[in-house]
Amino acid sequence: MKFPNPHDVKAKTIPGTEGWERMYPYQYQFVTDDPERNQYEKDTFWFNDGLHYPEPLYPFDTIWDEAWFLALSQFNNRIFMVPPVRGVDHRMINGYVYISPVPVKDGAEIGSRVPHFMERAGYYYKNWDALEAKWKVKMEATIRELEAVKIPALQDMEDLQVVTDAVGESQGYHLLKNYDDLINLGIKCWQYHFEFLNLGYAAYVFFLDFMQKQFPSMPTQRVTQMISGIDVIMYRPDEELKKLAKKAIELGVDATVCSSQQWTVVEAALKKLPKGQEWLAALEQAREPWFNVSTGTGWFHHDRSWNDQMDVPLSGINTYIGKLKQGVSIERPTEKVRAERDRITAEYRDLIEKDEDRKQFDELLGCAKTVFPYVENHLFYVEHWFHSVFWNKMREVGAIMKQHGMIEDVEDIWLLRRDEIKSALWDVVTAWATGVTPRGTKVWPKEILWRKGVMQKFKEWSPPPAIGTAPEVIQEPFTIVLWGVTNKSLGDWSAVQDVKDPDTITELKGFAGSPGIVEGRARVCKTVAEVGQLQEGEILVAPTTSPSWAPAFAKIKACVTDVGGVMSHAAIVCREYGLPAVVGTGHSTKIIKSGMMLRVDGSSGVITIVR
Amino acid sequence: MNGNAAMSEAAVGGRPTNLPLLCWLEECRKESVPLVGGKCSSLGELINAGVRVPPGFALTTEGYRRFMAEAGIDREIKSLLGKLDAADMDALEEASASIRASIEAHPFSTEMEDLVAECYRKLSIRCGIPAVPVAVRSSATAEDLPGASFAGQQDTFLWIRGIDEVLQHMRRCISSLYTGRAIAYRANRGYTDDLMAISVGVQKMSNSYTAGVMFTIHPANGDRSVIVIDSNFGFGESVVSGEVTPDNFVVNKVTLDIIDRTISQKEICYTVDLKTQTSHAMEVPFERQRVQSLIDDEITELAWMGKQIEKHYGRPMDIEWAVDKDLPAGGNIFILQARPETVWSEKQSTPAAKAGASAMDYILSSLLEGKKVK
Repeated sequence: MKFPNPHDVKAKTIPGTEGWERMYPYQYQFVTDDPERNQYEKDTFWFNDGLHYPEPLYPFDTIWDEAWFLALSQFNNRIFMVPPVRGVDHRMINGYVYISPVPVKDGAEIGSRVPHFMERAGYYYKNWDALEAKWKVKMEATIRELEAVKIPALQDMEDLQVVTDAVGESQGYHLLKNYDDLINLGIKCWQYHFEFLNLGYAAYVFFLDFMQKQFPSMPTQRVTQMISGIDVIMYRPDEELKKLAKKAIELGVDATVCSSQQWTVVEAALKKLPKGQEWLAALEQAREPWFNVSTGTGWFHHDRSWNDQMDVPLSGINTYIGKLKQGVSIERPTEKVRAERDRITAEYRDLIEKDEDRKQFDELLGCAKTVFPYVENHLFYVEHWFHSVFWNKMREVGAIMKQHGMIEDVEDIWLLRRDEIKSALWDVVTAWATGVTPRGTKVWPKEILWRKGVMQKFKEWSPPPAIGTAPEVIQEPFTIVLWGVTNKSLGDWSAVQDVKDPDTITELKGFAGSPGIVEGRARVCKTVAEVGQLQEGEILVAPTTSPSWAPAFAKIKACVTDVGGVMSHAAIVCREYGLPAVVGTGHSTKIIKSGMMLRVDGSSGVITIVR
Repeated sequence: MNGNAAMSEAAVGGRPTNLPLLCWLEECRKESVPLVGGKCSSLGELINAGVRVPPGFALTTEGYRRFMAEAGIDREIKSLLGKLDAADMDALEEASASIRASIEAHPFSTEMEDLVAECYRKLSIRCGIPAVPVAVRSSATAEDLPGASFAGQQDTFLWIRGIDEVLQHMRRCISSLYTGRAIAYRANRGYTDDLMAISVGVQKMSNSYTAGVMFTIHPANGDRSVIVIDSNFGFGESVVSGEVTPDNFVVNKVTLDIIDRTISQKEICYTVDLKTQTSHAMEVPFERQRVQSLIDDEITELAWMGKQIEKHYGRPMDIEWAVDKDLPAGGNIFILQARPETVWSEKQSTPAAKAGASAMDYILSSLLEGKKVK
C-alpha cells in the first residue's frame, strides 16, 4: 500500500492560508529544515485521527490534543512501560491531526521492559475496582476545583476590602493566575483520563483478538455484545429525561412541558403552576451533574451541553411523554439484552473446542467485563462534565478579552492558542493596571479575521486518511481498537482517495455496529439540534452521536454514522435498543440526503441507497 | 403407516417374522441400519431431528430377502457362487451377469408389488403430484459391505415415474449388489452372501428451484461459529460439480444473521427433462444471472436446519439441500443429504490460549506479538 509523502502533502499550501503554521504548536509541523527529523517523518506511518477530529482543529481546541499526546504517551512509555511501544507522536496539516504510534525497536529493551510492565500493569488489573473508586474521588474533586475557579472582572477601582483585608494582590494578578489554574486543571483532568484507559483498551482489544482467533468470521459486535447490559453512567442522563417525563405526567403538567419546543417559553409557563414548580425543582436536581452532557463528543468548544441548550433535553422529554401517552414502553429492554447476551456467550463458549481455550476465554471475558465500566464511564466525567464546565469558564475569559477590545466576539477566543491567550491577558492586565490601551486591540481582531478565513478553507480541504510509510505491525492497543488500523482499514483508506463523484455512490460500507436489516427514509442530522426534525421510523444519519442524542434512539429504526467503531456510542446504544447500526462509514452525511430510501444491514455493515 | 400390512408372514430362512417389508423414512432411526441401510436410516434420523427431508419409503432388508426367496434367486446365487473361484475374474463376471439378469427379470410377488404400489400412491398423494417423480437408490447395511457404488457403478436412478418404473428400478438397485467386483470383495473378506442384504430407498425427487451445499463450519478457515451456504438456481449439481461460481452466504451460527453475502454471475443451471429422465445444463436468462438465488428468509431457515443437524450429530456437517418449487414457501426447503465434515474436523489445531492462561499473560504476549497490518 502506497501513501503520499507527508512533506509533499504539506507543501501544497492552500492559497490564502500561507503562514497557518503559527496557529498551532511548532512541534506539530512536518519539517524540511532538519534532515534527521525530516527522514523520521518520511519513514513513519501517520494516519489522520478522523475519529476524534472530523473537522480541522481550532487553535484553542488543540489543548486536548496536546493533553492526550502527553497523557497517553507517558502512561504507555514512562509509567506502565508497555514493552513494545512508546507513545503516540503527533503532527498536523491544515488543522487536521495525524498520529503515529512509536515502537520500541530494540529487542533487548523490549525484554527489559517486560517485568516492569507485568508488575505495574498487573497491579492495576489486580486492584482495578479499588483504584477505580479512588479515581472517581480524584476526578470529582478536580471538577469541583474547576467549578470554583473565578474569572474576575477588572474593575476601575479595586474593592476597599483589598485594602482592609490587606490582600496584597490585584484582580489583574488573579485573572492571570486563574487562567493558568483553568488550563492546569484541564491538563490534570486528562492525566486522569488515561490512568486506566490504555489498560482497559488492552484488556478489551485482546479479548476481541482471542475471540477472532477462535472464530475468524466472528463479527466484532458479537464480542462486544458479550459485555453488554452492564450498567454504565452513560445512560444516566437519558434515564433522567425518562424520569422527568414520567414525573410530568404524574404531576399533570405534561401538556405544559410539551406546549413549546422552546425551553424559555415552557419554563415561564411552568413557573406559574404550583405543580410546575415542583417539576422544575426535580429538573434542577437532575441538571447537576447529568445535564453536563455534551451535545457533541465534548472535544470541541462548539459542543454545547444540555445545560447550555435546554431545548435539546426538552425535546427528549417531550418525545418520552408522547411515547408514554401512547402507552409505549420507554425502558431500555435491559432484561432482554442480558438474556440474549448470556445465550450468545454460552453458545460461543460451547463452540470453543479446547479446554485450555475455554479457560482462557473465561479469564479474558472476566477481565473485559471488569474494565468495561471505566472505558465507558470516563467519557461522562472528562469529555462531558469537565469539558462542559471548562468551555464555559473559557467563555468567561473571552468576555473579559472582549470587554477590553482584544476580540470582537466571545467566540473569537477559540481562534487563539492557549499561550497566545496568556500573552494577550498579560497585555490586558498590564494596560489595565497602567491605564493605557492594550497593544492587542489592534493586533488580534485583524489576525482573528484572517484565521477565520483560514479555518473555512481548512474545512473545505479533505485530509488524506494516511500518509508516510505503512508499518508491518502495530502494537499500540489504542491504535487497534479505537482507530481500527488493520490491513482492511488501510485498504479502505487508500480506496477512499480515489472516490470521484459522490452522486454515483449507491453503497456505503462501515463497521457492523448492531445487527439487523431494515429499510427506511434517511434523516441526516449534522448536529443534535436537528434531532427535533426526526420522524418516527426514520433512519438517523449523523456524523457521530453522544449521550445527549439518546432520546433520538426511541424514534428511529436504525442509525448510520460517519465516525466511530463498534464501541462507539451509536453502536452501543443501538445494541441496547435492538436497532441495526452501521458506524464509521466515513462520508455518509455527505453522500446521503434526507428523504432517501436506505437499506441498512447492521449485520454486514452495508448501507444501500435504494432510491 | 402400513407397517403391519407389510409384515413378513412367512419365516424366511428361519428368521423372525415380525419385521416390515417396507417402511416410511420417518419410521427409520439410527438403529435401523440392519433393516434399511445407512442412507435411509440417516434420512430417518434427520426427519426425527426435526429436519425437513423429501418424503419417501424404503424396501427393507427383510423385503429384499423376501423377494430373493420368493423368486428363488437366493438358491440360484448359492449354487452359482458356491463353486466359484474368486480369483477367476472371467468366471466371476459371468456369474455376476447371470445373477443380475435374473434379479432384474424376476417380478416381485403380487403381494409385494401391491405393497410398493400402495406406498408409492400414498407418497404421490402426500406430494400432491400424480405419479410423483422419485429417486430410487440402494442403501447399504454396512460401510464395509459396499454395493455397486463401491465399484463406481450407478445404483441411483433419478426422475423415475410410475409404479412399473419404480418396481423395475428397485430390482436394478438390488442387482447392483452383485457386480463382479462386489462379489470378489466380499469373497476376499470372507463374508458369506446369504448374510448379505440391501435396502432400497424411494424418495421424492426434489424439483429444485434453487439448490446447493451448506457447511456448518467455514470451509476456508475452520471457523465453527458460522454456516456457509453455496447456492444456484436449479439442481445442486451445478454447485457440487463446480461448473458455476455459486452465490455464497456466511451466516452466524449463534445468532443466525447473515454476516456476508456474495452474489455471483450464475451463467448455467441444471433442470430436468422428464422424457429422458435426465437433468441437463441450461443457460440462466441474463437478467436472472445476478439475482440472489436464495432469499434471506430461506437462508436463515436453512442455516437453522444446519444448526439442528450439527447439534444432532455433535459435529460439523457437510449438507446438500434444495428448495422445492412443487411445494409452498415455508415448507419447501429440504435436506437431501448430511455427512460429517472431514477436512477441518480431523485437523489438529493449536490452542490460542497462552501458557499460564491468566488474562495478564495473554495481554502481555499479545502485546509482544502486535498486530500485523500488511
